[in-house]
Amino acid sequence: MNSEFLILMKQEMGVTLILFILLFLKIWDGIKENGILLHLINVLLLLNFLLGFVLNQNGELFNGMFATNSLRVMEKSVLNLGTLIISLQAYDYLKSHKHLLEFFMLLLSTLLGMFFMISSNNLLMFYLGIELSSIPLAAMANFDMDKIKSSEAAVKMILSSAFASALMLFGISFLYGTSGTLNFQELVSLITGSPLQVFALLLVFSGFAFKLSAVPFHLWTADVYEGAPVAVTSYLSVISKAAIVFVTLSSLAPLFSHLNEMWYHLLFVTIILTITLGNIFAIRQDNIKRFLAFSSISQVGFILLGISSGTATGATSAIYFLVVYIFSNLGAFGVIALLSSQTGKENISDLKGFYQTNPLMGWVLAISLFSLGGIPPTAGFFGKMFLVTAGAAKGNYVLITIAALNMVISLYYYLRVVKAIFMDKNETPVEPLRGSLSLRLALLICMIGVVGTGFAGGFFEHIYQLAAK
Amino acid sequence: MNEIGLTHILFVSTMLFFIGVYGFLTRKNMITMLMAVELILNSVNINFIAFNKYLYGDKLDGLFFTIFIITIAAAEAAVAIAIIINLYRNLKSIDVDDADIMKF
Repeated sequence: MNSEFLILMKQEMGVTLILFILLFLKIWDGIKENGILLHLINVLLLLNFLLGFVLNQNGELFNGMFATNSLRVMEKSVLNLGTLIISLQAYDYLKSHKHLLEFFMLLLSTLLGMFFMISSNNLLMFYLGIELSSIPLAAMANFDMDKIKSSEAAVKMILSSAFASALMLFGISFLYGTSGTLNFQELVSLITGSPLQVFALLLVFSGFAFKLSAVPFHLWTADVYEGAPVAVTSYLSVISKAAIVFVTLSSLAPLFSHLNEMWYHLLFVTIILTITLGNIFAIRQDNIKRFLAFSSISQVGFILLGISSGTATGATSAIYFLVVYIFSNLGAFGVIALLSSQTGKENISDLKGFYQTNPLMGWVLAISLFSLGGIPPTAGFFGKMFLVTAGAAKGNYVLITIAALNMVISLYYYLRVVKAIFMDKNETPVEPLRGSLSLRLALLICMIGVVGTGFAGGFFEHIYQLAAK
Repeated sequence: MNEIGLTHILFVSTMLFFIGVYGFLTRKNMITMLMAVELILNSVNINFIAFNKYLYGDKLDGLFFTIFIITIAAAEAAVAIAIIINLYRNLKSIDVDDADIMKF
């Protein structure tokens, strides 16, 4: 029993262990050098990532509250890799920060929450996971304590996420009231579509849409992304979003499988609004973090398009797209983190003539944006193609047409940034940036991911086999 | 007098829920908005307890859920108030209308 317990929860155990190590380091206060601490944390995260490849086993724990299988282990590994990349990228920001350890304690608590959320097999466990992953995030958004923007972002985030989870809880209470159980497997057969359950679906779905920042629940996103430090923004836009999508795929969509029609109509409206409004607002942004916030809103719309198909192919393409999205978005955020930490500039107009002084970084940013826009040699193209193909299987051509049109609009604003980097003339371009070794390593991983996942065809097949089980 | 049934309690909790939603959307003071969220959470607690007592008396799921909600609400309030205090130090106000540096 004991060894099984350790094996099934290996990744959670790993993160908890790292958290304890950090706590002891904080009390011991022996390592004064931030750089050494950062390298230590990165090595620990790498070890935890490698742990995802060994001793995989399916099973349940705590009376069916916690369930795991190979797909969930893979999803957690993806999140772990993303966190590692972010921690590598944050090197320049955290090197001289005096609250380095607190930053990682909060970061890893949210990661732990996401792991539990992904593995939850019970509404209580799910609620605990979602709260553990969202409360420390608000504290992290406030990490630049003396900046008004940062505090404002944190206030907006904690109030809206508290409201969203309260709405979701009200829905959960009706699910409990009409079925008498909190276990996902038992709930599936007991959700038959009584009015109270439809009301519950609406409330739970709006809670999810808040966390996913789908329109009309997206208003907090751009402000929080702009105000928070770049490391937190990239974590928010990539890891926390990916975790929620994974949960939607593994728990929420199957949970309401008896309310198929209703679920599809909800998604239909949300997808159209999310893709279109995200795009329209992205066009008019100048702050690059805000720009990426709105572009990520519209990406969520595409992910929901894959989910709406309700098949294993749809789930696979959503997971595949998220992996690609993590690499390409983190590639873009890595360059922005460097730009922001060395010059304090965060606007698209500052990027004019970026290529003249920083050719390599210019290429990295351009390739990431190509991938986000879905231009062929990069993996982003395959991701979008799989998502739209999966969505088209339902035969709803209105939806597909709107999605395709929006892809063209999104190309406009991604290429606008690329144009600023390569073609626009500027008398005083940004001075040459000197990235640390960790940052360059992180960008290298991202670039390999962006190009590699597109060409490694076996990867999609691998996810499909895990998802189809 | 009729005995108090499940519907009566659900009526109270639903009313509490909508008062909370209304308060969250109309109030300008951040602390009051936080209190409105607590109202919603309390309506959820009432729901869970009522369902547990009237419908599923042999199980304890609802009671456990309530205890967890109370605990997490406290944690959430602690973090939220810490953030609001920090904002107050910078902005000298806890009115949401004043926290409008970032727009659209």
